[in-house]
Amino acid sequence: MSKAVSALGGVSHKGFVEVSEAGLQGMITVRGDLSSAKMKKAVKAATGTAVPEARRIVIAGDKAAAWMSPDELLILVPYTEAVATVAALEEALAGEHHIVADVSDARAMFRIKGAKASQALLKLCPVDFETLAEGEIRRTRAAQVAAALWKSAEDEFSLVSFRSAAGYVFGALEVSARTGSEPFPA
Amino acid sequence: MSTRLQKGGRLIDRSKALSFTFNGKRMKGFAGDTLASALLGADQMMVGRSFKYHRPRGVVASGAEEPNALVGLGTGGRFEPNQRTTTTELFDGAVTASQNHWPSLEFDIGAINDKFYRFLPAGFYYKTFMFPRFAWKHVFEPIVRQSAGLGKVPQNRDEDRYEYAYAFADLVIVGGGIAGLAAALAAGKQGKRVWLIEQTAHWGGRAVVDGVQIEGTDAGAWVKEAVQALEKMENVTLRTRTMASGLYDHGYLMAYERIADHTPGDGRPRHRLWRMRAGHIVTATGAIERPLSFAGNDIPGVMLASAVRDYVVNWAVSPGDRTVIVTNNDDAYRTALALLDAGLVVPAVIDARPEAKGELPQAVRARGVRVLEGHGIAKVKGGKRVTGVATCIQAGEGAELEQIACDAVAMSGGWSPVVHLWSHCGGKLIWDDKLAMFRPDPKRPATGEDGAAMVTAVGSANGILAAQDVLADAHQAVGGKGTAPGAVSEAEEPLIPVWIMPQGAGPALRFKMWLDPQNDVKVSDVQLAAREGYESVEHTKRYTTLGMATDQGKISNINGLAILSDSLNRAIPETGTTTFRPPYTPISMGAIAGEARGEIFQPLRKTPMHEWHETHGAHWEPVGLWRRPYCFLRSGEGVHDAVNREIRQVRNSVGLLDASTLGKILVKGPDAGKFLDMLYTNMMSTLPVGKCRYGLMCNENGFLSDDGVVVRLTEDTWLCHTTTGGADRIHGWMEDWLQCEWWDFKVYTANVTEQYAQVAIAGPNARKLLEKLGGMDLSKEALPFMEWREGVLGGFRARVHRISFSGELSFEVAVPASEGRAFWDALIAAGEEFGVMPYGTEAMHIMRAEKGFIMIGDETDGTVIPQDLNLQWAISKKKEDYLGKRAQERSFMASPDRWKLVGLETLDGSVIPDGAYAVAEGYNANGQRNMQGRVTSTYHSPTLNKGIAMGLVKHGPDRMGEVIEFPVDNGKVVKARIVDPVFYDKDGEKQNV
Repeated sequence: MSKAVSALGGVSHKGFVEVSEAGLQGMITVRGDLSSAKMKKAVKAATGTAVPEARRIVIAGDKAAAWMSPDELLILVPYTEAVATVAALEEALAGEHHIVADVSDARAMFRIKGAKASQALLKLCPVDFETLAEGEIRRTRAAQVAAALWKSAEDEFSLVSFRSAAGYVFGALEVSARTGSEPFPA
Repeated sequence: MSTRLQKGGRLIDRSKALSFTFNGKRMKGFAGDTLASALLGADQMMVGRSFKYHRPRGVVASGAEEPNALVGLGTGGRFEPNQRTTTTELFDGAVTASQNHWPSLEFDIGAINDKFYRFLPAGFYYKTFMFPRFAWKHVFEPIVRQSAGLGKVPQNRDEDRYEYAYAFADLVIVGGGIAGLAAALAAGKQGKRVWLIEQTAHWGGRAVVDGVQIEGTDAGAWVKEAVQALEKMENVTLRTRTMASGLYDHGYLMAYERIADHTPGDGRPRHRLWRMRAGHIVTATGAIERPLSFAGNDIPGVMLASAVRDYVVNWAVSPGDRTVIVTNNDDAYRTALALLDAGLVVPAVIDARPEAKGELPQAVRARGVRVLEGHGIAKVKGGKRVTGVATCIQAGEGAELEQIACDAVAMSGGWSPVVHLWSHCGGKLIWDDKLAMFRPDPKRPATGEDGAAMVTAVGSANGILAAQDVLADAHQAVGGKGTAPGAVSEAEEPLIPVWIMPQGAGPALRFKMWLDPQNDVKVSDVQLAAREGYESVEHTKRYTTLGMATDQGKISNINGLAILSDSLNRAIPETGTTTFRPPYTPISMGAIAGEARGEIFQPLRKTPMHEWHETHGAHWEPVGLWRRPYCFLRSGEGVHDAVNREIRQVRNSVGLLDASTLGKILVKGPDAGKFLDMLYTNMMSTLPVGKCRYGLMCNENGFLSDDGVVVRLTEDTWLCHTTTGGADRIHGWMEDWLQCEWWDFKVYTANVTEQYAQVAIAGPNARKLLEKLGGMDLSKEALPFMEWREGVLGGFRARVHRISFSGELSFEVAVPASEGRAFWDALIAAGEEFGVMPYGTEAMHIMRAEKGFIMIGDETDGTVIPQDLNLQWAISKKKEDYLGKRAQERSFMASPDRWKLVGLETLDGSVIPDGAYAVAEGYNANGQRNMQGRVTSTYHSPTLNKGIAMGLVKHGPDRMGEVIEFPVDNGKVVKARIVDPVFYDKDGEKQNV
């Protein structure tokens, strides 16, 4: 896998918060009956987590399962495990109507770190960060492109966009994080 | 002379002097000044000229309602015209210039218009159209162009940055006067998420200047305490310099924060546009004082009474030693008191009311000021500044009684609540006869999604002017607990409405009574419009341009519609108001654009190979939001040469095309085959696993919408390729049908367009190149034409399709996008011995045209059905239905007279211009030449070394060999022979090796 590179090669910028491209991340789209026993078992095996409730992400170590829509999940695993996880999910869901698609290479992932991380994001995403709960994932937009984001650690957000728009998203994050432009400076 | 007073000025800091220039002249102000207060403090009464008559214009107001005092502010990349000096904070080094005059502010040629006012009446512009045609072109247009426009257009790139920000709140209170503060205190204590925003840099609004007492202390002290209390509440956000510009459905409020206007170049964004979602909005936006209509009311030095006391109290600026006050209400007497307190002279208060015996008039009388009851101003004396007034009887026609020398006139015609936000989303108004104002009708507010009121107006914005009532109203409106803060202010006697002064003024006086001083609309203009038949206030507005200036008629609208009502002999509420539209005051273009400029003006989608292309001479072409190489330029090479070289390379050896942008959609499920049979015109359910099939998609009207190669991956999974521009659209189309119409189909889709980098390797040496990478058997036997295999190719996880859009032996290889660049590099390296080179979209287009392959967007334009393109072979006859089938059976669609696809070959070898039409005999009913066809694709073919084209021609396929004519520019006619559209390798031997 040494030939694989992420969209922006891990570029980062430090303003009033630090924004960086997070590098390669395994991501798998799963669609099917989210309430089925097979689905629960398949997700548990893939990530070690339960099937997330609506608008939730459940994280377990370096893996996670995120709710995307009433019939769609996003499975996060290390990039090198994506192919095997796709195969395992396929096997676990066999016999039940579903789709599993490796989208690891179709996406870019960013981290926004710092006590004021949400202040950079609220310039681009129409999200109420004050009420964004722990473990909540929000499908939204970053300025003009589709994005999903969640609080991935104390003072840190993760944001996913399409790979082709990675340069645009990073540019928008960089501008939004420039020192002195905090909407709530105090 | 206006001047700075020795003492006072609650907003200025005399220890911090700031210097600035006006028309190149150095002037001095203090920290805390606005540009207007600084200009007045430096005796600059005249600050510009009006739009039409170029009359001298001075500061009228002290806030957002100012119509006159606009300047060009800044230089170079920070120059901006029409900056309102009354709301612009002074900063050190500010460069300002007056507007709308030539050659200078003092001496202006355009002022000659003022002498010809009789020839420039209301609707002048429209009336010019009624003259003979030559008059418009040679007389009026040059004049109108010369004199139109306000301020200069910036010539440089804006140096500043702008941004958006999104916010959410239970309650947004607009306006930081005592009403807003009281509402915020009450709501904040209830734990609500509250935003309180104020357009100026200061809290407190009018009450502080007007000497109101609140809770036993002066308003200034109360405001300070209130702000401190609010700052301690974590659930309350306070913002000054933030103007609520517009209210939209569902509590969507736009607010414009001027972050760095007063500190230019400090590195912060200049403006921020807040896009707020509010559970409820409270408008505590106050009220705006109305001028009075008397002759000469536009001369510099005539100001609103409230503005005069603002300048005295806030900025220690005297408008002149002697100020005459003219009013129809008690409130203006506060200005007299403020002037007297500052040691200035009030020669007289001219009160239009027959009697003025209220607390305030009596207080003014007690200080020795003459109060002329039942009087008005007949005329203001002066040109570039006020020198005096002539008084008259308000009830009369304007016979001059007395001349009073003065330097300024403070006028007050009553107050109009600021109802803009209340009205933006449909809140209605009622006319209050007692107060002579339109105020919010609490029974008809703008409503939210639940049908309940979305907005509540409080305080002066609600038509409640007395401080004690304002506080009670604000407190109660947000459900405040306990009693509201108590206030004390002087009792006021009622006003009487005065729309013309004197009421019987003749034409000569009415010609000099300004309603809208920026656009030069006078009482006489509105009356003329009424005589000419304008009844609707909206029509009158546009005809006279009343309220159409940059201030949007904040001080002129009510007076104007009162005059209109009077002229039409009907009540004011019958006339109604014009529509209040956002923004409340102008907001910068930069704020509207937000962060979207330069590199991030719009998303630029890049394939994994984008950087390689960029460093290898890519000549870009926008395709949707992608950039695709049109061709790759080598040094010294033109575009045409590059395209020809790329085509020759593919035809003779091997070339590479970055096809990553093609749409790729997975379709899976027990009903996937059935679903695709409905979506495509041909059969996809019967496609065997391992094979590819070209397919067409139509919309319900039968028109061709997209095409691409469909791949059967497994028993229940297909991969649909779409055009580059169609990827998202077709995915949405699929989901639309699955979610809304065929919800019983068991099908899932996934858009995997960006998961793969895809490269077309085309040319006679394509197989040899891929074999060098090794790992997969790509022989003709192992991978026949229109089939695909998955494997590891040169160490890459690859899906290899044997498909060809160029007519050559061709493979399209998909690898994970993250490995796309490495794969491309590997192909370039392995292809060296074949002289491999990339080719761009133009080479691709020409090669497909040489093969007679259609292109969505060239051969189709939303009116073309597959049958027009002779694609019957791709339309299943066996299927009962597919999207577009019934539409295509309609008589017009099935008509043999439809234009059909053919090849076109010019007789002289030239290239027919794109889009050219072929003429037929005769003329149609409109006298236009009949047409029989048009060109859809046209190129110079380097392979055949001649011009080739495709086109749609009536009965085309039956007319092979016939020559038709395409008239092109300058009477030239290109003759072309109708031929088979497949110009190259008709039997497909080259792609099938």
